[in-house]
Amino acid sequence: MTNLEIYNRMFIRDLRVKEEDLPGLKYRGIRTWDSLGHMDLIADLEEKYDIHISTSDVMNFSSYEKGMEVLAKYGVII
Amino acid sequence: MMDYKDIFKRKPYFTEKAEKETLYGEWLTELTEYHRERCTPYGKLLKNLKVPQYQHMREEEIPMLPIGLFKDFDLVSIPEQTVFKTMTSSGTSGQKVSRIYLDTETADYQQRALVAIGGDFWGDARLPLLVIDSPRVLKDRNLFSARGAGILGFSIFSSRICYGLDKDMNLDLEGIELFLNRYQGETILIFGFTYIIWNYFYQALKRLGQSFHLPKGILVHGGGFKKLTDQSVSSEEFKERITEVTGINRIHNYYGMAEQTGSIYMECPFGHLHASIYSDIITRRAKDFKVCSYGEKGIIQVFSPLAFSYPGHSILTEDEGVILGEDDCPCGRKGKYFRVLGRIQQAEIRGCSDTYDG
Repeated sequence: MTNLEIYNRMFIRDLRVKEEDLPGLKYRGIRTWDSLGHMDLIADLEEKYDIHISTSDVMNFSSYEKGMEVLAKYGVII
Repeated sequence: MMDYKDIFKRKPYFTEKAEKETLYGEWLTELTEYHRERCTPYGKLLKNLKVPQYQHMREEEIPMLPIGLFKDFDLVSIPEQTVFKTMTSSGTSGQKVSRIYLDTETADYQQRALVAIGGDFWGDARLPLLVIDSPRVLKDRNLFSARGAGILGFSIFSSRICYGLDKDMNLDLEGIELFLNRYQGETILIFGFTYIIWNYFYQALKRLGQSFHLPKGILVHGGGFKKLTDQSVSSEEFKERITEVTGINRIHNYYGMAEQTGSIYMECPFGHLHASIYSDIITRRAKDFKVCSYGEKGIIQVFSPLAFSYPGHSILTEDEGVILGEDDCPCGRKGKYFRVLGRIQQAEIRGCSDTYDG
């Protein structure tokens, strides 16, 4: 699986969304992406990519696209 | 318009008195005008109080809402469809609860403030988090209590979460031990409400004759000692006893409320609660509501520029406290530092809550 496939799969599973909903999706933009959903998503991405994201980057992870920028800081290129 | 980017560019404990006074005068005046336009009951109250419009006010001149009004009125400054979450204060059964309406922006500001404040105390790396509460508190994700909001807010600091109490509020000793063993020797964060930690964690450990050894643990607790002073437990005793059964030396109390979530007042190692750039405090004399001098006991008024979806930027609480000083706490943090003494007598504040009916 590519990094993008993993990334999308985690969003789809943790936030219960469809693949076509992903572009432009924002933190707190849908009911399931609240702080609980957010922490689940972050924890799963950390496990899949074997990285540790800082607290401020968890805050910066504010949309589907922003998340890719955050992960790039940790060497995960999507 | 409020420039929240500017607020969040600032470090939480870096702004000195003169600058903060100027900033808070500007921010709070602007928010007063903003909410007056958008929240009908708030506008009506200001009209009744004859608060002049379009006039710069200093912090202490900003009209204050008695905290009880959030129980009696729907105080909201945004259209209903943009309400993202409704938070309720934790009232005891039979009491009315406050309802605070948040949009995504305000929720984001509150979370950012909490992250900056917490980060100043234990850094930016996320830590294993032991929550001393039951996961049941989070059952309804859309309508949550102050307890749930505290847990959700602190979960951002966590790399992994363990709930220390089961659904019936019994200590899950086995689960806790499993979790602690997994992170042995690492810094871990422990969070809970003061009376829950005392009644369901400390008391249970005592009863079972159990203890932990967590020299690198950091325990953060809030919600007040009111329910503990009935059992005559002071803040000092709380600390001592918790250290006794957990080995934790870093214990931080915080002062905060559902009406101003996120911008909490954390206790430093010198036992002082600190205002940050996201909040401020003054104390007022009960008899004439004049501003107290430092060192003088008074009713606590809290300010926060983060209250944007509801008019909660200036609130008169029902707590008493003493401001000890400003910018000169030996811990090095700038801003006011203070102590909370407890609840005021209900009768004292009555005259104030009645203002609205006039």
